[in-house]
Amino acid sequence: MNATTHWATTVRILTQLRRDRRAMFMILVIPALITVLFYATLSLQGAGPDGRTPYDRLGIFQIAVIPCAVMFPIAAITMRRERASGTLDRLFTTPMSKLDLLAGYGTAFSLGALAQAVIVTLVAYRVTDLSTAGSPLLVAMVCVLTAVLGVALGLFFSAFAETEFQAVQFAPIVLVPQLFLAGVFIPRDEMPGWLHSFSDVLPLTYVVEALQQISANTEATPQMWRDIGVIVAFIIAAVLGGAATLRRQEA
Amino acid sequence: MSPRATAIQLERLRIVRGGNTVLNDVTVSVSEGIITGLLGPSGCGKTTLMRTVVGNQKITAGSATVLGHAAGAKSLRRRIGYVSQSPSIYRDLTTVENVRYFAALYGIGKHRVHEVIEAVGLTGQRTDLAGNLSGGQQGRVSLACALVCDPDLLILDEPTVGLDPLLRVELWERFVDMADQGKTLLISSHAMDEARQCAELILMRDGAILAHAEPEVILRQTNCSDLESAFVALVRSGLRPLEEARS
Repeated sequence: MNATTHWATTVRILTQLRRDRRAMFMILVIPALITVLFYATLSLQGAGPDGRTPYDRLGIFQIAVIPCAVMFPIAAITMRRERASGTLDRLFTTPMSKLDLLAGYGTAFSLGALAQAVIVTLVAYRVTDLSTAGSPLLVAMVCVLTAVLGVALGLFFSAFAETEFQAVQFAPIVLVPQLFLAGVFIPRDEMPGWLHSFSDVLPLTYVVEALQQISANTEATPQMWRDIGVIVAFIIAAVLGGAATLRRQEA
Repeated sequence: MSPRATAIQLERLRIVRGGNTVLNDVTVSVSEGIITGLLGPSGCGKTTLMRTVVGNQKITAGSATVLGHAAGAKSLRRRIGYVSQSPSIYRDLTTVENVRYFAALYGIGKHRVHEVIEAVGLTGQRTDLAGNLSGGQQGRVSLACALVCDPDLLILDEPTVGLDPLLRVELWERFVDMADQGKTLLISSHAMDEARQCAELILMRDGAILAHAEPEVILRQTNCSDLESAFVALVRSGLRPLEEARS
Protein backbone atom coordinates (compact mmCIF):
# COMPACT_ATOMS: atom_id res chain seq x y z
CA MET A 1 0.00 0.00 0.00
CA ASN A 2 1.17 3.45 -0.89
CA ALA A 3 -0.38 6.55 0.70
CA THR A 4 0.27 8.85 -2.31
CA THR A 5 -1.33 6.41 -4.74
CA HIS A 6 -4.26 5.78 -2.43
CA TRP A 7 -4.92 9.48 -1.96
CA ALA A 8 -4.43 10.35 -5.64
CA THR A 9 -6.99 7.68 -6.51
CA THR A 10 -9.42 8.98 -3.90
CA VAL A 11 -9.13 12.52 -5.29
CA ARG A 12 -9.47 11.23 -8.85
CA ILE A 13 -12.70 9.35 -8.10
CA LEU A 14 -14.14 12.24 -6.06
CA THR A 15 -13.41 14.57 -8.99
CA GLN A 16 -15.18 12.20 -11.38
CA LEU A 17 -18.08 11.91 -8.97
CA ARG A 18 -18.31 15.69 -8.59
CA ARG A 19 -18.52 16.10 -12.37
CA ASP A 20 -21.48 13.72 -12.49
CA ARG A 21 -24.22 15.99 -11.17
CA ARG A 22 -26.90 13.31 -11.34
CA ALA A 23 -24.84 10.80 -9.39
CA MET A 24 -24.24 13.50 -6.77
CA PHE A 25 -27.98 14.10 -6.62
CA MET A 26 -28.58 10.35 -6.31
CA ILE A 27 -26.13 10.06 -3.45
CA LEU A 28 -26.94 13.18 -1.47
CA VAL A 29 -30.59 14.00 -2.10
CA ILE A 30 -32.49 10.89 -3.19
CA PRO A 31 -32.21 8.92 0.09
CA ALA A 32 -33.54 11.94 2.02
CA LEU A 33 -36.40 12.43 -0.46
CA ILE A 34 -37.35 8.76 -0.22
CA THR A 35 -37.31 9.05 3.55
CA VAL A 36 -39.78 11.92 3.38
CA LEU A 37 -41.97 9.98 0.92
CA PHE A 38 -41.82 6.92 3.15
CA TYR A 39 -42.86 9.03 6.10
CA ALA A 40 -45.67 10.74 4.19
CA THR A 41 -47.22 7.39 3.25
CA LEU A 42 -46.59 5.27 6.33
CA SER A 43 -47.61 7.93 8.83
CA LEU A 44 -51.08 8.01 7.28
CA GLN A 45 -51.87 4.90 9.26
CA GLY A 46 -52.53 5.60 12.92
CA ALA A 47 -50.48 4.29 15.78
CA GLY A 48 -50.99 0.64 16.73
CA PRO A 49 -51.70 -0.74 20.24
CA ASP A 50 -48.05 -0.16 21.17
CA GLY A 51 -48.44 3.53 20.35
CA ARG A 52 -46.12 3.28 17.31
CA THR A 53 -46.97 4.08 13.70
CA PRO A 54 -45.66 1.87 10.87
CA TYR A 55 -43.13 4.61 10.18
CA ASP A 56 -41.82 4.40 13.75
CA ARG A 57 -41.19 0.71 13.21
CA LEU A 58 -39.91 0.75 9.61
CA GLY A 59 -38.44 4.23 9.08
CA ILE A 60 -35.19 3.40 10.81
CA PHE A 61 -34.52 0.46 8.46
CA GLN A 62 -35.38 2.44 5.40
CA ILE A 63 -32.81 5.16 6.12
CA ALA A 64 -30.06 2.54 6.18
CA VAL A 65 -31.18 0.32 3.33
CA ILE A 66 -31.70 3.03 0.70
CA PRO A 67 -28.09 4.32 0.96
CA CYS A 68 -26.86 0.77 0.46
CA ALA A 69 -29.10 0.41 -2.59
CA VAL A 70 -27.89 3.75 -4.00
CA MET A 71 -24.18 3.07 -3.47
CA PHE A 72 -24.17 -0.49 -4.82
CA PRO A 73 -24.86 0.32 -8.49
CA ILE A 74 -22.74 3.50 -8.45
CA ALA A 75 -19.71 1.57 -7.21
CA ALA A 76 -20.40 -1.41 -9.48
CA ILE A 77 -20.76 0.76 -12.59
CA THR A 78 -17.74 2.94 -11.87
CA MET A 79 -15.58 -0.17 -11.54
CA ARG A 80 -17.20 -1.78 -14.58
CA ARG A 81 -16.40 1.37 -16.54
CA GLU A 82 -12.80 1.26 -15.33
CA ARG A 83 -12.52 -2.23 -16.78
CA ALA A 84 -14.28 -1.46 -20.05
CA SER A 85 -12.43 1.79 -20.81
CA GLY A 86 -9.05 0.08 -20.65
CA THR A 87 -7.93 2.30 -17.78
CA LEU A 88 -7.86 -0.70 -15.41
CA ASP A 89 -5.39 -2.54 -17.67
CA ARG A 90 -3.46 0.68 -17.99
CA LEU A 91 -3.33 1.17 -14.20
CA PHE A 92 -1.99 -2.35 -13.84
CA THR A 93 1.04 -1.42 -15.96
CA THR A 94 1.87 1.26 -13.35
CA PRO A 95 3.34 0.54 -9.90
CA MET A 96 -0.15 0.84 -8.36
CA SER A 97 -1.26 -2.14 -6.25
CA LYS A 98 -4.76 -3.64 -6.44
CA LEU A 99 -5.43 -2.70 -2.82
CA ASP A 100 -4.41 0.92 -3.50
CA LEU A 101 -7.05 1.04 -6.20
CA LEU A 102 -9.79 -0.56 -4.10
CA ALA A 103 -8.84 1.54 -1.08
CA GLY A 104 -9.10 4.66 -3.26
CA TYR A 105 -12.56 3.61 -4.36
CA GLY A 106 -13.49 2.73 -0.79
CA THR A 107 -12.31 6.05 0.64
CA ALA A 108 -13.91 8.20 -2.05
CA PHE A 109 -17.28 6.50 -1.83
CA SER A 110 -17.13 6.32 1.96
CA LEU A 111 -16.74 10.10 2.07
CA GLY A 112 -19.83 10.27 -0.12
CA ALA A 113 -21.56 7.80 2.19
CA LEU A 114 -20.67 9.92 5.20
CA ALA A 115 -22.21 13.04 3.65
CA GLN A 116 -25.23 10.98 2.66
CA ALA A 117 -25.67 9.55 6.16
CA VAL A 118 -25.47 12.98 7.79
CA ILE A 119 -28.14 14.38 5.46
CA VAL A 120 -30.51 11.42 5.68
CA THR A 121 -30.21 11.18 9.47
CA LEU A 122 -30.82 14.90 9.90
CA VAL A 123 -33.89 14.71 7.67
CA ALA A 124 -35.17 11.59 9.42
CA TYR A 125 -34.94 13.10 12.89
CA ARG A 126 -35.74 16.75 12.10
CA VAL A 127 -38.23 16.56 9.23
CA THR A 128 -39.97 13.22 9.75
CA ASP A 129 -39.74 13.05 13.55
CA LEU A 130 -38.20 9.61 13.61
CA SER A 131 -37.74 8.60 17.21
CA THR A 132 -35.42 5.97 18.61
CA ALA A 133 -34.46 5.09 22.15
CA GLY A 134 -30.79 5.15 21.14
CA SER A 135 -28.70 8.02 19.80
CA PRO A 136 -29.11 9.35 16.23
CA LEU A 137 -25.32 9.26 16.05
CA LEU A 138 -25.39 5.48 16.34
CA VAL A 139 -28.03 5.38 13.59
CA ALA A 140 -25.83 7.59 11.39
CA MET A 141 -22.87 5.31 12.06
CA VAL A 142 -24.85 2.27 10.91
CA CYS A 143 -26.02 4.26 7.84
CA VAL A 144 -22.41 4.99 6.87
CA LEU A 145 -21.39 1.38 7.37
CA THR A 146 -24.34 0.12 5.34
CA ALA A 147 -23.50 2.51 2.50
CA VAL A 148 -19.87 1.36 2.62
CA LEU A 149 -21.15 -2.22 2.58
CA GLY A 150 -23.09 -1.32 -0.57
CA VAL A 151 -19.85 0.06 -2.10
CA ALA A 152 -17.87 -3.06 -1.18
CA LEU A 153 -20.54 -5.41 -2.52
CA GLY A 154 -20.85 -3.29 -5.68
CA LEU A 155 -17.09 -3.47 -6.30
CA PHE A 156 -17.14 -7.21 -5.72
CA PHE A 157 -20.15 -7.99 -7.91
CA SER A 158 -18.94 -5.73 -10.72
CA ALA A 159 -16.40 -8.47 -11.46
CA PHE A 160 -19.26 -10.76 -12.49
CA ALA A 161 -20.94 -8.23 -14.77
CA GLU A 162 -19.80 -8.04 -18.36
CA THR A 163 -21.64 -4.80 -19.07
CA GLU A 164 -22.84 -1.77 -17.13
CA PHE A 165 -26.36 -2.99 -17.79
CA GLN A 166 -25.68 -6.25 -15.96
CA ALA A 167 -23.97 -4.34 -13.16
CA VAL A 168 -27.20 -2.44 -12.53
CA GLN A 169 -29.24 -5.64 -12.64
CA PHE A 170 -27.14 -7.10 -9.85
CA ALA A 171 -28.46 -4.47 -7.44
CA PRO A 172 -32.00 -5.87 -6.98
CA ILE A 173 -30.74 -9.46 -7.21
CA VAL A 174 -28.29 -8.89 -4.39
CA LEU A 175 -30.34 -6.54 -2.23
CA VAL A 176 -34.00 -7.55 -2.43
CA PRO A 177 -33.68 -11.11 -1.05
CA GLN A 178 -31.54 -9.74 1.77
CA LEU A 179 -34.27 -7.28 2.60
CA PHE A 180 -36.91 -10.05 2.75
CA LEU A 181 -34.76 -12.19 5.01
CA ALA A 182 -33.31 -9.51 7.26
CA GLY A 183 -36.22 -9.53 9.69
CA VAL A 184 -37.86 -6.27 8.64
CA PHE A 185 -41.14 -7.76 7.47
CA ILE A 186 -41.12 -11.04 9.38
CA PRO A 187 -39.17 -11.37 12.62
CA ARG A 188 -36.31 -13.78 12.17
CA ASP A 189 -37.50 -15.83 15.16
CA GLU A 190 -40.61 -16.77 13.21
CA MET A 191 -38.71 -18.01 10.17
CA PRO A 192 -38.37 -21.75 9.52
CA GLY A 193 -34.90 -23.13 10.16
CA TRP A 194 -33.62 -23.05 6.58
CA LEU A 195 -34.68 -19.45 6.03
CA HIS A 196 -33.19 -18.48 9.35
CA SER A 197 -29.86 -20.09 8.45
CA PHE A 198 -29.92 -18.36 5.08
CA SER A 199 -30.52 -14.98 6.70
CA ASP A 200 -27.62 -15.69 9.09
CA VAL A 201 -25.13 -15.42 6.23
CA LEU A 202 -26.54 -12.20 4.72
CA PRO A 203 -24.94 -8.91 5.79
CA LEU A 204 -28.15 -6.88 5.79
CA THR A 205 -29.49 -9.11 8.59
CA TYR A 206 -26.90 -7.61 10.92
CA VAL A 207 -27.66 -4.08 9.76
CA VAL A 208 -31.31 -4.57 10.67
CA GLU A 209 -30.46 -6.23 13.97
CA ALA A 210 -28.12 -3.40 14.94
CA LEU A 211 -30.82 -0.84 14.11
CA GLN A 212 -33.38 -2.81 16.15
CA GLN A 213 -30.98 -2.61 19.07
CA ILE A 214 -30.57 1.15 18.69
CA SER A 215 -34.31 1.59 18.23
CA ALA A 216 -35.14 -0.22 21.49
CA ASN A 217 -32.24 0.61 23.82
CA THR A 218 -31.07 3.97 25.13
CA GLU A 219 -27.46 2.77 25.40
CA ALA A 220 -25.35 0.94 22.82
CA THR A 221 -25.74 -2.77 23.54
CA PRO A 222 -23.06 -5.46 23.21
CA GLN A 223 -25.22 -7.13 20.61
CA MET A 224 -25.21 -3.93 18.53
CA TRP A 225 -21.41 -3.81 18.66
CA ARG A 226 -21.26 -7.47 17.70
CA ASP A 227 -23.54 -6.76 14.72
CA ILE A 228 -21.35 -3.85 13.68
CA GLY A 229 -18.32 -6.13 13.93
CA VAL A 230 -20.04 -8.58 11.58
CA ILE A 231 -20.89 -5.80 9.10
CA VAL A 232 -17.26 -4.62 9.10
CA ALA A 233 -16.14 -8.22 8.54
CA PHE A 234 -18.48 -8.47 5.52
CA ILE A 235 -17.05 -5.20 4.14
CA ILE A 236 -13.48 -6.45 4.51
CA ALA A 237 -14.39 -9.81 2.96
CA ALA A 238 -16.07 -8.11 -0.01
CA VAL A 239 -13.07 -5.82 -0.60
CA LEU A 240 -10.63 -8.74 -0.42
CA GLY A 241 -12.93 -10.73 -2.68
CA GLY A 242 -12.95 -7.75 -5.04
CA ALA A 243 -9.13 -7.65 -4.99
CA ALA A 244 -9.07 -11.36 -5.83
CA THR A 245 -11.26 -10.80 -8.88
CA LEU A 246 -8.94 -8.09 -10.26
CA ARG A 247 -6.42 -9.70 -12.56
CA ARG A 248 -3.32 -7.93 -13.70
CA GLN A 249 -3.07 -10.34 -16.60
CA GLU A 250 -5.81 -11.28 -18.97
CA ALA A 251 -6.00 -14.99 -19.73
CA MET B 1 24.16 -4.54 -37.38
CA SER B 2 25.47 -2.73 -34.36
CA PRO B 3 25.83 -4.94 -31.32
CA ARG B 4 23.00 -3.41 -29.34
CA ALA B 5 21.70 -4.82 -26.09
CA THR B 6 18.36 -6.57 -26.19
CA ALA B 7 15.39 -4.79 -24.64
CA ILE B 8 12.73 -7.37 -25.39
CA GLN B 9 13.29 -11.05 -26.02
CA LEU B 10 10.35 -13.22 -26.98
CA GLU B 11 11.14 -16.92 -27.03
CA ARG B 12 8.73 -19.35 -28.69
CA LEU B 13 5.91 -17.19 -27.40
CA ARG B 14 2.45 -18.62 -27.80
CA ILE B 15 -0.73 -16.82 -26.75
CA VAL B 16 -4.13 -18.46 -26.88
CA ARG B 17 -7.14 -16.26 -26.14
CA GLY B 18 -10.66 -17.61 -26.02
CA GLY B 19 -9.60 -20.74 -27.92
CA ASN B 20 -7.89 -18.75 -30.69
CA THR B 21 -4.16 -18.86 -31.17
CA VAL B 22 -3.28 -15.18 -31.45
CA LEU B 23 0.50 -15.54 -31.37
CA ASN B 24 2.04 -18.75 -32.60
CA ASP B 25 5.56 -19.66 -31.63
CA VAL B 26 6.93 -16.14 -31.91
CA THR B 27 10.65 -15.67 -31.37
CA VAL B 28 12.00 -12.19 -31.82
CA SER B 29 14.25 -9.70 -30.08
CA VAL B 30 13.93 -5.92 -29.94
CA SER B 31 17.12 -3.92 -29.58
CA GLU B 32 17.68 -1.25 -26.98
CA GLY B 33 17.96 2.42 -27.89
CA ILE B 34 16.21 2.34 -31.25
CA ILE B 35 12.72 2.60 -32.68
CA THR B 36 11.35 -0.71 -33.79
CA GLY B 37 8.21 -0.64 -35.91
CA LEU B 38 5.68 -3.42 -35.55
CA LEU B 39 3.75 -3.63 -38.78
CA GLY B 40 1.01 -5.81 -40.05
CA PRO B 41 -2.65 -5.89 -40.91
CA SER B 42 -5.34 -5.45 -38.31
CA GLY B 43 -5.86 -8.64 -36.32
CA CYS B 44 -2.36 -10.04 -36.90
CA GLY B 45 -1.47 -10.04 -33.20
CA LYS B 46 0.37 -6.70 -32.80
CA THR B 47 -1.72 -5.57 -29.87
CA THR B 48 -1.51 -8.95 -28.11
CA LEU B 49 2.27 -8.93 -28.54
CA MET B 50 2.42 -5.46 -26.97
CA ARG B 51 0.06 -6.40 -24.16
CA THR B 52 2.32 -9.34 -23.39
CA VAL B 53 5.37 -7.08 -23.20
CA VAL B 54 3.67 -4.66 -20.77
CA GLY B 55 2.45 -7.58 -18.63
CA ASN B 56 -1.28 -7.33 -19.35
CA GLN B 57 -1.52 -10.64 -21.16
CA LYS B 58 -1.08 -14.11 -19.70
CA ILE B 59 1.44 -16.22 -21.57
CA THR B 60 0.22 -19.62 -22.78
CA ALA B 61 3.65 -21.00 -23.63
CA GLY B 62 7.17 -19.71 -24.20
CA SER B 63 8.66 -16.68 -22.52
CA ALA B 64 8.88 -12.90 -22.73
CA THR B 65 11.86 -11.14 -21.18
CA VAL B 66 11.73 -7.36 -20.93
CA LEU B 67 14.75 -5.26 -19.82
CA GLY B 68 16.16 -8.41 -18.23
CA HIS B 69 13.02 -9.35 -16.28
CA ALA B 70 10.08 -11.60 -17.00
CA ALA B 71 7.28 -9.56 -18.62
CA GLY B 72 4.90 -8.25 -15.97
CA ALA B 73 7.57 -8.17 -13.24
CA LYS B 74 6.93 -5.55 -10.59
CA SER B 75 10.28 -3.84 -11.12
CA LEU B 76 9.33 -3.14 -14.75
CA ARG B 77 6.26 -1.07 -13.95
CA ARG B 78 8.27 2.10 -13.37
CA ARG B 79 10.27 1.62 -16.54
CA ILE B 80 7.63 0.95 -19.18
CA GLY B 81 5.25 3.47 -20.72
CA TYR B 82 2.28 2.00 -22.54
CA VAL B 83 -0.16 3.71 -24.86
CA SER B 84 -2.98 1.37 -25.76
CA GLN B 85 -4.76 1.55 -29.07
CA SER B 86 -7.92 3.20 -27.78
CA PRO B 87 -6.99 5.99 -25.36
CA SER B 88 -7.05 4.60 -21.81
CA ILE B 89 -7.83 7.85 -20.07
CA TYR B 90 -10.64 9.18 -17.92
CA ARG B 91 -13.06 11.03 -20.17
CA ASP B 92 -14.64 12.82 -17.22
CA LEU B 93 -11.30 14.30 -16.13
CA THR B 94 -9.47 17.18 -17.80
CA THR B 95 -6.21 16.72 -19.66
CA VAL B 96 -4.14 17.96 -16.75
CA GLU B 97 -6.11 15.90 -14.21
CA ASN B 98 -5.48 12.75 -16.24
CA VAL B 99 -1.75 13.37 -16.54
CA ARG B 100 -1.46 14.49 -12.91
CA TYR B 101 -3.14 11.27 -11.75
CA PHE B 102 -0.75 9.03 -13.69
CA ALA B 103 2.17 11.16 -12.48
CA ALA B 104 1.03 10.58 -8.89
CA LEU B 105 1.00 6.81 -9.44
CA TYR B 106 4.71 7.02 -10.25
CA GLY B 107 5.37 9.56 -7.49
CA ILE B 108 6.27 12.26 -10.01
CA GLY B 109 5.86 16.01 -9.45
CA LYS B 110 3.87 18.72 -11.18
CA HIS B 111 6.55 20.32 -13.34
CA ARG B 112 6.86 17.11 -15.33
CA VAL B 113 3.08 17.10 -15.89
CA HIS B 114 3.20 20.45 -17.70
CA GLU B 115 6.33 19.44 -19.57
CA VAL B 116 4.69 16.37 -21.15
CA ILE B 117 1.43 18.17 -21.88
CA GLU B 118 3.45 20.73 -23.78
CA ALA B 119 5.42 17.97 -25.50
CA VAL B 120 2.27 16.41 -26.94
CA GLY B 121 0.95 19.83 -27.97
CA LEU B 122 -2.03 20.01 -25.64
CA THR B 123 -1.18 23.10 -23.61
CA GLY B 124 -4.23 24.82 -25.10
CA GLN B 125 -6.46 21.94 -24.00
CA ARG B 126 -5.06 21.62 -20.49
CA THR B 127 -8.32 22.25 -18.73
CA ASP B 128 -10.65 20.67 -21.29
CA LEU B 129 -12.47 17.49 -20.35
CA ALA B 130 -10.80 14.59 -22.13
CA GLY B 131 -14.22 13.40 -23.29
CA ASN B 132 -14.69 16.65 -25.23
CA LEU B 133 -11.39 16.32 -27.10
CA SER B 134 -11.07 14.85 -30.58
CA GLY B 135 -9.93 11.24 -30.99
CA GLY B 136 -6.40 12.32 -31.91
CA GLN B 137 -6.20 14.66 -28.92
CA GLN B 138 -7.40 11.90 -26.59
CA GLY B 139 -4.66 9.69 -27.97
CA ARG B 140 -2.14 12.41 -27.09
CA VAL B 141 -3.49 12.68 -23.53
CA SER B 142 -2.90 8.94 -23.29
CA LEU B 143 0.61 9.44 -24.67
CA ALA B 144 1.30 12.20 -22.13
CA CYS B 145 0.21 9.83 -19.34
CA ALA B 146 2.75 7.28 -20.61
CA LEU B 147 5.59 9.80 -21.08
CA VAL B 148 5.16 11.30 -17.63
CA CYS B 149 7.22 8.56 -15.91
CA ASP B 150 10.09 9.08 -18.39
CA PRO B 151 10.11 5.38 -19.32
CA ASP B 152 13.13 3.44 -20.58
CA LEU B 153 10.83 1.45 -22.82
CA LEU B 154 7.86 2.96 -24.58
CA ILE B 155 5.23 0.71 -26.11
CA LEU B 156 2.94 2.61 -28.47
CA ASP B 157 -0.01 0.89 -30.08
CA GLU B 158 -0.99 2.85 -33.22
CA PRO B 159 -0.15 6.25 -31.69
CA THR B 160 -0.58 8.39 -34.79
CA VAL B 161 -3.92 7.20 -36.17
CA GLY B 162 -6.07 10.09 -37.31
CA LEU B 163 -3.50 12.78 -36.55
CA ASP B 164 -2.91 15.91 -38.56
CA PRO B 165 0.19 15.24 -40.75
CA LEU B 166 2.19 18.07 -39.18
CA LEU B 167 1.53 16.74 -35.71
CA ARG B 168 2.39 13.25 -36.88
CA VAL B 169 5.77 14.47 -38.09
CA GLU B 170 6.36 16.31 -34.80
CA LEU B 171 5.53 13.26 -32.74
CA TRP B 172 7.84 11.10 -34.82
CA GLU B 173 10.61 13.67 -34.33
CA ARG B 174 10.02 13.36 -30.63
CA PHE B 175 10.20 9.57 -30.79
CA VAL B 176 13.48 9.81 -32.71
CA ASP B 177 14.81 12.21 -30.04
CA MET B 178 13.89 9.74 -27.35
CA ALA B 179 15.68 6.92 -29.15
CA ASP B 180 18.73 9.17 -29.48
CA GLN B 181 18.65 9.58 -25.71
CA GLY B 182 18.89 5.81 -25.38
CA LYS B 183 15.20 4.99 -24.93
CA THR B 184 13.71 1.95 -26.61
CA LEU B 185 10.50 2.36 -28.57
CA LEU B 186 8.23 -0.30 -29.98
CA ILE B 187 5.61 1.33 -32.17
CA SER B 188 2.87 -0.52 -33.99
CA SER B 189 1.17 0.75 -37.07
CA HIS B 190 -0.81 -0.53 -39.96
CA ALA B 191 0.36 2.43 -42.01
CA MET B 192 3.42 1.19 -43.84
CA ASP B 193 4.59 4.70 -44.74
CA GLU B 194 5.50 5.44 -41.14
CA ALA B 195 7.93 2.54 -41.16
CA ARG B 196 10.68 4.55 -42.82
CA GLN B 197 11.31 6.32 -39.53
CA CYS B 198 12.09 3.07 -37.71
CA ALA B 199 15.57 1.68 -37.35
CA GLU B 200 14.18 -1.84 -37.54
CA LEU B 201 10.90 -3.37 -38.60
CA ILE B 202 9.02 -6.41 -37.50
CA LEU B 203 6.43 -7.50 -40.04
CA MET B 204 3.64 -9.67 -38.72
CA ARG B 205 0.84 -11.66 -40.23
CA ASP B 206 -1.56 -14.20 -38.74
CA GLY B 207 0.14 -14.33 -35.36
CA ALA B 208 3.59 -15.00 -36.78
CA ILE B 209 6.65 -12.92 -37.62
CA LEU B 210 7.09 -12.51 -41.34
CA ALA B 211 10.32 -10.55 -41.24
CA HIS B 212 12.55 -8.66 -38.86
CA ALA B 213 15.22 -6.42 -40.33
CA GLU B 214 16.16 -2.85 -41.17
CA PRO B 215 13.73 -1.27 -43.66
CA GLU B 216 16.42 -1.06 -46.36
CA VAL B 217 17.28 -4.73 -45.92
CA ILE B 218 13.67 -5.75 -46.33
CA LEU B 219 13.36 -3.64 -49.48
CA ARG B 220 16.61 -4.95 -50.90
CA GLN B 221 15.83 -8.59 -50.22
CA THR B 222 12.37 -8.35 -51.72
CA ASN B 223 13.50 -6.16 -54.59
CA CYS B 224 10.71 -3.73 -53.84
CA SER B 225 10.70 0.03 -53.74
CA ASP B 226 8.10 0.41 -51.03
CA LEU B 227 7.20 -1.55 -47.93
CA GLU B 228 3.64 -2.20 -48.97
CA SER B 229 4.79 -4.27 -51.95
CA ALA B 230 7.62 -5.76 -49.91
CA PHE B 231 5.02 -7.01 -47.46
CA VAL B 232 3.00 -8.59 -50.26
CA ALA B 233 6.12 -10.14 -51.74
CA LEU B 234 7.04 -11.63 -48.36
CA VAL B 235 3.60 -13.12 -47.88
CA ARG B 236 3.65 -14.64 -51.38
CA SER B 237 7.13 -16.10 -51.20
CA GLY B 238 7.18 -17.16 -47.58
CA LEU B 239 10.67 -15.65 -47.69
CA ARG B 240 12.10 -14.72 -44.34
CA PRO B 241 14.89 -12.13 -44.29
CA LEU B 242 14.83 -12.72 -40.59
CA GLU B 243 17.32 -12.89 -37.78
CA GLU B 244 19.49 -14.93 -40.18
CA ALA B 245 19.89 -11.89 -42.36
CA ARG B 246 20.97 -9.82 -39.40
CA SER B 247 23.91 -11.90 -38.23
